Amino acid sequence: MLELFFEFWRLNDPNVVWVLTGSVLLGSSAGAIGCFAFLRKRSLTGDALAHAALPGVTTAFLLFHSRDPLVLGAGALVSCFIGYFVIEHLIKRTIVKEDSAFAIVLSLFFAVGIFQLTRIQKTGIASQAGLDKMLFGQAAGMVRDDVKILGAVALGLLLFVILSFRQLKSISFDRQFSQTTGLPVAFFEMLLALSLVLSVVIGLQLVGVVLMAAVLLTPAAAARYWTNNLAAMVLISGIFGGLAGAFGANVSYLAPRMPTGPWMVMGVSAVFLISLLFAPDRGLLARIKRQNRLSRKVHEENILRTMYKIGENAGDFSIPVDTGTLLSYRNMALQQMEAALRRLRRKGLVEISEGRFTLTASGLERAKEVTRFHRLWELYLSKRIQIAPDHVHDEAEEIEHILTPDLEALLLQELGSPIEDPHGRVIPKAAAAEGEHK
Amino acid sequence: MPNNPSPLEVHDLTVSYHHRPVLWGVDFTIPEGKIISIVGPNGAGKSTLLKAVMGLLPLSSGYVKIYGEPLQKKRSIVAYVPQREEVDWDFPINVLDVVLMGRYGRLPFYRRLREEDTALAKDALNQVGMLELQNRQISQLSGGQQQRVFIARALAQQATVYLMDEPFAGVDAATEKAIVTLFESLKSQGKTVICVHHDLNTVIEYFDWTILINLRLVACGPTEEVFNADNLNTTYGGRLGLLAEITERLRQSEWKRRAE
Repeated sequence: MLELFFEFWRLNDPNVVWVLTGSVLLGSSAGAIGCFAFLRKRSLTGDALAHAALPGVTTAFLLFHSRDPLVLGAGALVSCFIGYFVIEHLIKRTIVKEDSAFAIVLSLFFAVGIFQLTRIQKTGIASQAGLDKMLFGQAAGMVRDDVKILGAVALGLLLFVILSFRQLKSISFDRQFSQTTGLPVAFFEMLLALSLVLSVVIGLQLVGVVLMAAVLLTPAAAARYWTNNLAAMVLISGIFGGLAGAFGANVSYLAPRMPTGPWMVMGVSAVFLISLLFAPDRGLLARIKRQNRLSRKVHEENILRTMYKIGENAGDFSIPVDTGTLLSYRNMALQQMEAALRRLRRKGLVEISEGRFTLTASGLERAKEVTRFHRLWELYLSKRIQIAPDHVHDEAEEIEHILTPDLEALLLQELGSPIEDPHGRVIPKAAAAEGEHK
Repeated sequence: MPNNPSPLEVHDLTVSYHHRPVLWGVDFTIPEGKIISIVGPNGAGKSTLLKAVMGLLPLSSGYVKIYGEPLQKKRSIVAYVPQREEVDWDFPINVLDVVLMGRYGRLPFYRRLREEDTALAKDALNQVGMLELQNRQISQLSGGQQQRVFIARALAQQATVYLMDEPFAGVDAATEKAIVTLFESLKSQGKTVICVHHDLNTVIEYFDWTILINLRLVACGPTEEVFNADNLNTTYGGRLGLLAEITERLRQSEWKRRAE
């Protein structure tokens, strides 16, 4: 097995080179085109069109008794377009909604295709061999001529994306506005539909009709995780699609009896899963990390505020407190509290001696700030939004941790530099403001 | 005034949606260089009117003229600001990209964006106070900022007539003020601004002219003349019950007014 794997990547076999080139080109052009279907929320179009290609292929074969990729491709093209127009008509002219229109057309066309495929197999026409591979794809079965056509179309599709990138961007973001600027929206939408159809047609042999949608859309969905820039997204999606193509071709070479389509889908789905989990910023792990960071911050600030309150009540901030006292003021799991106190200590905001904690000088400053935000926000809520003073505390809890100094300045302006919060407690002043008053 | 055609003339306009007329025989002409509001209750056809004027909806009857000519000939001088909710703000582009879309209509298919286009887009952003945020991802904008970006995109079109669908909906006080100031500056350049507007409290303060509609035209004229209790009653009151009823019956009978 491993021997075969290396044999494949040594690229000594010219047929391997052809199949590999074809698969990579198909994967990347489908990935690039798919971005626009994905962003326009037309993901189902790809799926419906792919299935709609099958009866075209079988009809062309029945009519011309030929396996010529041009003949079969033309058949697929025709039936894709018929499918496309039936869908459009159903949506625009009848009470059928989009999702149902796709489902109806997809299953009807596919059923007709399977019907004819079964008939072809029964008639035993010699050259039927290979036609049933169009369901799930068979890369290894491709010959040089197949790849030449496929490659030319795939390059054409990539060129289309590059040349009309600006128009596709505008239409995908805001179709109606684009129309008002005089952009020929209907024309570009037609071209976009044609490119989807063409990628389906050239994907017939490699991926097959059943799974083509995944090769169009999954790379785009994965690429969206890595960037906020459309050009980068199209590029990344193209690369992901190309990688999946190479993977599919490789597997097809190692196990020639295996259909290629499912393997390519496995490949892109693995990439998607990795993106979903590990992408910076938008990925799941990054999100969890951000949430954890915020909740740690909230715990720390709550402890600082509690220590300030205890000191304020005692009239002395230098009296050490233990966790028991803190817990009597602040409902919190002991474990969380201890962890937060350890972090505060590392940051030099809290000191510990004999199991009791005191605020350091910088800790006191920070505690004052947190308390100030909290009390200002409480005051704002009770004054401006007229929430009863005994209800404002919980509301303030959530906001104070995300208040920034510029928001604080706005609050101060709005409230006219107040002295007391709605509970009659003094609002501690910022260090700079304190200096001004003295 | 045949020598000086109106920036927008709407003649006997009827628009149907799924066989249901949502605007009936609307007919008005507006003067140049005014700030104009379109006012009416929910479902009165305000947005439909703007979309019909912009050629986004098929007309069942009637016509729209911009400075005396059909829209196709005057596209470059009319800018449209859709409602914010009509697009997906999680789209992978930044603020400047959106505003540059205001320039696309002017460029032939093969032509790349010129420096001049970027300069105009930045100037438009500056006019709405958003230049500093030009590289910001659009998903990180507040509602008011989204609205300003949309308005900047229209400004980048360098149009003469602006049609805006609820530019004041859901924006903060600062944005509202910025938009009003911008309107005044457009007006001083002789440009015409037409807005669908929701807040009846500010109609008198913000708008020179007012168009009151509810399925049909109720009144169109200088705000101080037409924005009165009588017209508001007709627009918002129950007297339209009959028209609404007929509309509903027509829909059920699949009536369709033939296009002319």
